[in-house]
Amino acid sequence: MPWNVTLRRRSYVNWRETGIGYLYILPALAVILIFHFLPIFYAFYISLFNWRIKQGPFIGLANYETAIMNPDFWGSIKVTIFYAAGIIPATLALSFLIAYALFQRIRGRNLYRMMYFLPFVTATVAAALVWRWIFHSQYGILNFVLGKLGVPAQGWLLEPRGILELAFGALGVALPDWAAGPSLALVSIIIFTIWRDLGFGVVVMLAGLSNISSEVYDAARVDGAGEWTLLRNITIPLLSPTLFFLVIVSTIEAFQSFNPIYIMTDPNWGGPLNTTLNATMYIFQNFFQFTKLGYASAVAFVLFFIVLGLTILQIRVLGRRVHYN
Amino acid sequence: MRRESVATRPVAFPAERRRRRLALPSIPARLLLHLSLLGGAILLLFPFYWMVTTSLKTPEEASLFPPTMWPASWRIENYVTAWNLAPFGRYFINTVFVACMQTLGVLTTSALAAYAFTRINFAGKNLVFVGLLGTMMIPFEVTLVPNFIILKHLHWYNSFLALIVPWTASVFAIFLLRQFFRSIPRDLYDAAEMDGCGRLAFLWRIALPLSKPALITIGLFSFLGAWNALLWPLIVTGDEEMRMLQVGLSAFQSEAQTQYHLWMAAATFTMAPVIAIYFVAQRYFIEGVSASGIKG
Repeated sequence: MPWNVTLRRRSYVNWRETGIGYLYILPALAVILIFHFLPIFYAFYISLFNWRIKQGPFIGLANYETAIMNPDFWGSIKVTIFYAAGIIPATLALSFLIAYALFQRIRGRNLYRMMYFLPFVTATVAAALVWRWIFHSQYGILNFVLGKLGVPAQGWLLEPRGILELAFGALGVALPDWAAGPSLALVSIIIFTIWRDLGFGVVVMLAGLSNISSEVYDAARVDGAGEWTLLRNITIPLLSPTLFFLVIVSTIEAFQSFNPIYIMTDPNWGGPLNTTLNATMYIFQNFFQFTKLGYASAVAFVLFFIVLGLTILQIRVLGRRVHYN
Repeated sequence: MRRESVATRPVAFPAERRRRRLALPSIPARLLLHLSLLGGAILLLFPFYWMVTTSLKTPEEASLFPPTMWPASWRIENYVTAWNLAPFGRYFINTVFVACMQTLGVLTTSALAAYAFTRINFAGKNLVFVGLLGTMMIPFEVTLVPNFIILKHLHWYNSFLALIVPWTASVFAIFLLRQFFRSIPRDLYDAAEMDGCGRLAFLWRIALPLSKPALITIGLFSFLGAWNALLWPLIVTGDEEMRMLQVGLSAFQSEAQTQYHLWMAAATFTMAPVIAIYFVAQRYFIEGVSASGIKG
């Protein structure tokens, strides 16, 4: 039927279809544009003003200058980096181990998966309250259990000293300030976050693992490859798109984390001694407590570019090593 | 791609494939696997156990050191005390209302949008779709201050509109639903059109019923997101009677002071509905997350 084939589609714009198409996406598009996209530009505008509760005078880039000169701002960036560096590798490694174990031919994998995923579903606020109680310096179960193992009681969420400082201090070595590492308070929050996010990694990796075709394994096995070779040369390379996705998503997540810190350091947010004051909490503090809306916007904008830069860097560096089969 | 689905059966999740498994491990290896997996699970679930047992203790027993692993007596009245210490009833009503409205909104807007992205050829379609996916990369905190000011200008501050409207659309939901709509055979659409079935009728009577798993997943995630939200409701509302559950629970820390057994009771009853939903519908949660990972 040649008369049918010659009608080439999409060579012209069908205005009627276009109109209907936009009508259908309008509700979703309007909400996303108004509340999630256009505010970026408005944020930049706000950041150029001395904006307190109401709009103040235009001050150009002065808010950015203040941020860059402010040690508290850099402190919050440092906390954010410690936080991300503490969470991402540990979560990836642990969830890979668990996912790989669950991927084996064993009974009850669905039950295990369900249990491991549970912390991710529960509200962070309630779960963080429970962990605050576990970490309690006086009555906490953690100090009790560690005490049984001979570890002296720790301050956990109240401890501003760095973990390296504490560890070396126990051995009688004094470390310089810059080598102190993240505070024990921040490490406590990191432990909580790993606990919460582990199940997400497990589920995503299990999905990735079960997507690897069995022929690849069978072929390798015929060639006499052992389990370890299979893991190193097949499983990990073929899982790399999933790992890559998880790295990107968890970096963005870690840089935005707010709820665990807000709950676990309440009402002394970001404490003790600002050692858990991450970038989001710093923005929140300036916005909500000090009502410096212009300054908070400037910091948020800087953070936005840091996250964007990091994501692009990850795509450039890690993306090259990803195999797509 | 996968077109084997029969028209009358719901379309399966893309992630839901025949699973391929490694060779059956030897008995000692299996034992070791179970032992470590079980150990991990116990460690991971211990906080839940600790929460419930602490919530049943007397104040004196809760602050015993060394702590007791099992409550000496079950004080159910801790729950009543905690419930009455703050307007939790109000918080629950607010949260259920907001969560339902958000869910309804997300389902409506994403059904319409996903339909347009699969079935309507409009100019700029791909560009708009990629742009929408790009907005998922925007960190939440950048839009916080401007949204606060926008909502003040709209006189929406401290209202349900502020809590609901900005969260009635979701790029992830559109994306997931589009995946489902794409796997509906074209013939079905053509046949329906031939019978004089309009676009909305097709969407309502054929596409949506076939996409039930995706709709349930989207609904659950949307509901859960509203239930667990903290930062947004904290910023766009001020009055106690407008508080959402998580905001109320975090304020409860200062209201109950150091009565940790009451903290744990409140944590338990705010968590309970979510855990109940999870146990009933866990496969939708897990499949939704799996799909996000594979496609992302």
